[in-house]
Amino acid sequence: MVSCEIREQDGIAVIALSGDVDLESSPKVRDVLLDCVGAKRPIVVDMSRVSYIDSSGVASLVEAYQTARRGETSFALAQVSQSAMRVFELARLDKVFTIHSTLADGLRNAG
Amino acid sequence: MSRPTKKKKNTGSAGDSELEGERIVQIRVDSRPERLRLVRAVVGEAASLCGCSENCVRDIVIAVDEACQNVIRHAYGGNADGEILIDIRRDGDLIAFNIIDFADPVDVSKIKPRSLEELRPGGLGIHFISQCMDDARFRSPPNGAGNRLWMVKRIE
Repeated sequence: MVSCEIREQDGIAVIALSGDVDLESSPKVRDVLLDCVGAKRPIVVDMSRVSYIDSSGVASLVEAYQTARRGETSFALAQVSQSAMRVFELARLDKVFTIHSTLADGLRNAG
Repeated sequence: MSRPTKKKKNTGSAGDSELEGERIVQIRVDSRPERLRLVRAVVGEAASLCGCSENCVRDIVIAVDEACQNVIRHAYGGNADGEILIDIRRDGDLIAFNIIDFADPVDVSKIKPRSLEELRPGGLGIHFISQCMDDARFRSPPNGAGNRLWMVKRIE
């Protein structure tokens, strides 16, 4: 199960994911991410409470990241949990995504 | 639109004579995405029981989850009426996983990891499996089964 909480802070959409982002839940995560990207606001995805992410969850993030880039919208990740970071490293996405160690850093640099 | 034909549940099993090592646990789940959480929990506990470190458990869980995903998405084509049998064994300082399905045999020659140079969604499962396990390959399935992915990891 996954939960996606969206809040706005200083014009930035903060999407807090929590739980397992897997084959069951990644379609929901994909929809939420793409909806927010479509709104053309800078996005910071808080991943501190992501307990597990698989290749389908990673695919949702990559798609949102690419869509945001095409629309010249800022898209960053913050507070990536250890288990999610391992998966990003396996996919070499730790060098692709903008990753902030704290949410405050993510908010400061968004836009 | 016609409804998909319901597949008959397979009653076959992977007998001890067909797999190597001491069995730790064997589970059989429907080919539904919502069963993967249960698979991850069982696999994680089994790996811990065998003495795997936290990082080793994490990698094993990733690999088995991706293997089961591939079965659900590709072998069964999203049909939730299939079954996946996960057999976990210990053989000395190795832990072995057999992921067995009852779908039609897949063309193994077409299953390859993709290049990571290309940034695109999807296609990472095989790469994750090869990175997280010490060895992984398709081997002859037991009687009545369609495919068997064998994966092994040194316990550390």
